[in-house]
Amino acid sequence: MSDEVTASFDGSPLSAPAGASVAAALLASGRTSWRTTRAGRPRGLFCGIGVCFDCLVDIDGQTGQRACMIPLAEGMDIRSAGGHARRVRPTPRGGGRPSRADGPPPRGDDGTTADNRGRR
Amino acid sequence: MSPALTADIAVIGAGPAGLAAANAAAAGGASTILVVDSAIQPGGQFWRHRTEASAGDDGHLHHGWDDYLALRAAFDASIATGVIDFRPSTSVWAVAAGEDGFILRLAPSHGPGQSPDPVVRASRLIIATGGYDRQIPIPGWDLPGVMAAGGIQGFAKQNDLLPGRRFVIAGTGPFLLPVADTVVRLGGEVAAVLESSRLTGWLPHMRSAARVPEKALEGAGYAWTFLRERIPYRTQTVITEILGDDRVEAVRTARIDCLGEVVAGTERILDDIDAVGLGWGFTPQLELPVALGADTRVDVDGSLVAVVDEGQRSSEPGLLLAGEVTGVGGAALAVAEGRVAGAVAAAEVTGRTAPGLRAERATIARHRAFAASMHRAHPVPAGWEGRLGEDTIVCRCEEVPAGAIVRARDGLAATDARSQKNMTRAGMGWCQGRECGFAVTCLSGRGGEAAPGAGHPAHAEDAAASLAQTMKRPVAQPVPLSTFFDL
Repeated sequence: MSDEVTASFDGSPLSAPAGASVAAALLASGRTSWRTTRAGRPRGLFCGIGVCFDCLVDIDGQTGQRACMIPLAEGMDIRSAGGHARRVRPTPRGGGRPSRADGPPPRGDDGTTADNRGRR
Repeated sequence: MSPALTADIAVIGAGPAGLAAANAAAAGGASTILVVDSAIQPGGQFWRHRTEASAGDDGHLHHGWDDYLALRAAFDASIATGVIDFRPSTSVWAVAAGEDGFILRLAPSHGPGQSPDPVVRASRLIIATGGYDRQIPIPGWDLPGVMAAGGIQGFAKQNDLLPGRRFVIAGTGPFLLPVADTVVRLGGEVAAVLESSRLTGWLPHMRSAARVPEKALEGAGYAWTFLRERIPYRTQTVITEILGDDRVEAVRTARIDCLGEVVAGTERILDDIDAVGLGWGFTPQLELPVALGADTRVDVDGSLVAVVDEGQRSSEPGLLLAGEVTGVGGAALAVAEGRVAGAVAAAEVTGRTAPGLRAERATIARHRAFAASMHRAHPVPAGWEGRLGEDTIVCRCEEVPAGAIVRARDGLAATDARSQKNMTRAGMGWCQGRECGFAVTCLSGRGGEAAPGAGHPAHAEDAAASLAQTMKRPVAQPVPLSTFFDL
């Protein structure tokens, strides 16, 4: 009954039975958190039903995806939100990770990029 | 702008209420019914289940699974005849009332791209968006391993897996019982179920409880499980702190008295815990009714709910509501309300007379009375504000601590949720106040006295207004900026 699906998380293999959510695959792999808040706290699954947005990951280049809502699919490239992929990717503001000298990043009410504002 | 898809009736949500509404609308002669749901398959949270793409679900973790299968069979039959157009994995991110009905804007609930039909026009709209666990903050509740009780239930139903090994389930209300039941069915351990209320709260309401015997039967089933599995069920007991470094490792518990104060000498630590489930009732998902201007009120449980008449009509012409959005009461009530809403909406679009719906209305009355008794017996416990530390996170998204909220209340007159949002950013993050809206309203009330549904009537009005502010989300779901390019 359980066809195994294989994807990757931050470059490491991640697999789970077909139909399992991305969050289920991450938990089953022994991870309890896969995102870090701006204050540096770890976060994983909280509401489990798409309401709280704690479990965000990047999937195939799409930022801000809810791991609890999305079934793991073959070949998915999953990255921790605010993780490695973002740090090396140039940003429209001139690239790289904001340094302390840049001061705090702009704090707009900008929904889809809320966790894209650099880590302090 | 893309040409709009048109429908007689749009139904938002395919849980118990939405499925029943769509089926009743089809039975009532509506010829085009669009049903939108953010999940990949119908069922809502109550009947969230294993993927149908592979093994499917045998219903062993579900209540009323036969009811779901019956609703689903009728639903699928109407999809086959083209009467129902079902759009799973789709969010309604905005809604407006137009000249002759409603305009809905759709976007994929996950993944890239746009919906094939980003704009839908519907003559009647039925909103059945359900609810989610209501939360109050506890020191340490932002540690990984801590989840909403309903989140554990949904996770288990969808994945047939548990998000941990040894659980503590805490909060208030009968819903804690099926969550613990699910944990032991899937081979997990429940170290304790902690109920903050005293069960004697049910005694004045035994008449309304007796009119819903199916709930007593369900409860008896859980009692048997708890005995068999030796699950400690502690009443008047709360978690005072969740302990751990980068994940939950233990919880500190204590008994509370009727004022919510910790009883000296009752503190203890439950060790070797890797999962905690929290739930203090449910919060109806109201941003779409609020965006359309539907009248709301604070229900017995202190949650904001939308006002409906006996035909499930809201205060806005053409807008009908069913399920938890009209007051938290469970799946059987939601199905009955959905049937009424669907039949009434179909009668309005076809010009036929609506059927009597006597059985549905009797069911609604019985379950509403039961729900009111349940809410009275399981209030959010008093005194939780006093157990927050200065640095206890209240708004999880923006990481706003309790101290900042109290300082903004006392020093900056931020006595409602909107002022708190402006001053502290509480409620401004990804979830838009869905998780913290209730807590921020309680904490920012004048001197903490404006607990919703309680206290001085003037303060209760303040609380209702504050809760309504937390439901104002003009963009109801986060969408990529590209969604706006086509407007």
